[in-house]
Amino acid sequence: MSITERKIWEITAKAEAIRETIIEMLMAAGSGHTAGPLGMADIFATLYFHVLNHDPKNPSWPERDRLFLSNGHIVPVRYAAMAHAGYFPVEETLTLRKFGSRLQGHPERLRLPGLESTSGPLGEGLGQAAGYAYAARMDNRKFRVYCAMSDGEHDAGNVWESAMFAGKNKLSNLTAIIDRNNIQINGMTEDVMPLEGLRAKYEAFNWHVLEIDGHNIEAISDALDEAKAIYEKPTVIIAHTIPGKGIKEIEFDYNWHGKPPTKEEAAKFLAELRTLRGKIQSEHQ
Amino acid sequence: MAATRDGFGRALMELGDSNPNVVVLCADLAESTRVLEFKEHFPNRYIEIGVAEQNLATVASGMANYGKIPFIASYATFSPGRNNEQIRTTISLNQVPVKIAGMHAGVSVGPDGATHQALEDMALMRVEPNMTVISPCDVEEARKATLAAAAHDGPVYLRFAREKTPVMTTVETPFEFGKANLMWASENPKVTIIATGPLLFNALSTAQELQNEIAVEVLNVHTVKPLDRDAILDSVKKTGAVVTVEEHQVAGGLGGAVAELLAAEHPLPIEFIGVHDQFGQSGTSQELIEHYGMGISHILEAVRKAAARA
Repeated sequence: MSITERKIWEITAKAEAIRETIIEMLMAAGSGHTAGPLGMADIFATLYFHVLNHDPKNPSWPERDRLFLSNGHIVPVRYAAMAHAGYFPVEETLTLRKFGSRLQGHPERLRLPGLESTSGPLGEGLGQAAGYAYAARMDNRKFRVYCAMSDGEHDAGNVWESAMFAGKNKLSNLTAIIDRNNIQINGMTEDVMPLEGLRAKYEAFNWHVLEIDGHNIEAISDALDEAKAIYEKPTVIIAHTIPGKGIKEIEFDYNWHGKPPTKEEAAKFLAELRTLRGKIQSEHQ
Repeated sequence: MAATRDGFGRALMELGDSNPNVVVLCADLAESTRVLEFKEHFPNRYIEIGVAEQNLATVASGMANYGKIPFIASYATFSPGRNNEQIRTTISLNQVPVKIAGMHAGVSVGPDGATHQALEDMALMRVEPNMTVISPCDVEEARKATLAAAAHDGPVYLRFAREKTPVMTTVETPFEFGKANLMWASENPKVTIIATGPLLFNALSTAQELQNEIAVEVLNVHTVKPLDRDAILDSVKKTGAVVTVEEHQVAGGLGGAVAELLAAEHPLPIEFIGVHDQFGQSGTSQELIEHYGMGISHILEAVRKAAARA
């Protein structure tokens, strides 16, 4: 184990705070995606509070690790993680999707420092991350490039073009993380357009493949560590996650892919999060 | 006679020596897009993408985001055709300085037929904010445009033709993004011919043929976006009528751009030489230029018509 118990608890607490912020910002926005951001909270908390080499006060620090978000619709989890990490005030998350906000419905690189890329249309992040990693390697740069992706976007041919490119060029400075939550807008991924065997496909494309429980902080941390030690291939971490994780009644329900909670639902969800699903009394109760 | 794509290839060789940040990405068309020489001389800065134009755009976006100056080369029907949304999101909206080189533009590609004759590429690129659109008239201007694209801090679309065409400019001819060049001046001109790309030659030939009939000015608008408003308005205020000339769909192309400008600023009669809502087909370059109404005789008639309407 390369991560301490104490650190795991710290990250877990951050993940819970991120989930609360996600619910609050989506409710305030009145539109947006709920399931994906909640499902990726543990991974984003581990990235921003343990793995990424970054400086929230200097978002353009040249030596920072680069995190590309390919499935831009889950950006609330990134905004929430960035806010809690100190990139901007947590209150600003309530401007999500509002006119004049730096927090666009889908992320735009030049609007908010620290975003690295503009994304939303699916299938385009891996190519950008691979191009960035390729360019960085040309100059012997030491930072790592990460790319968070959805499983559903693997329907897109562009993803496989990019996977081929990264595999061919042995971009070992690139780590992709797939949010394998098995849902997409029209239903379960295996009904809409089967993706399995996803592991075998990436292996055939010359990637090092890891599969983890995407809610186990230790497993997330270990996998991201292992990726750093793989020198001949890019690494993809297939993170099995529960969409809507943390709110029992929406977990695994694909209907929550693209809608926000109402005010009443948000109050109920926040109470559930703040009591660690009924285990503790909330100060807000 | 020389092909504009050769000017692109020559400029890349110059950039290979002068600018270490320039990289070239190609989608399995190194020879015909004229990047082969760069590949051979600068193999570490040449990136093979394979037949994958969407990835061509997204990988280039990442490299430009890092700080490289990527030129991406394919046929215009595929790039910016097939990868249009990738260009929109990851290059134009993302504001990274990728240089898109679209080859084999226009019907003059000839025998390959409609699938390979890009007639809408400038329209696709012109409507994207942050994008500059350049359509060089000859091999020398193509060379200069490529060098200027590398120096420009933003996305650029460069349009090139396959066939050898007349050379009308020299090393000394000025070239500046967004500045049209007056190529033919007359006393008391009656019609402004606004041309882009190799068809500028037909526009100049028309001007010569009409010397004793209708005095004209010919503007070479190599930069279709941003349009040189001042040069166009200066000329049309002298003449009072316009003919636009391009090897592209008039809708959304140079004709559309000029019509938008003049309708707002200085309404007057305009005749449009170009392709009118049709696809191309197989044939020789010359046959197709004539068939689609872009020959010298067609421009001549258009000038007479414009003058009569003024």
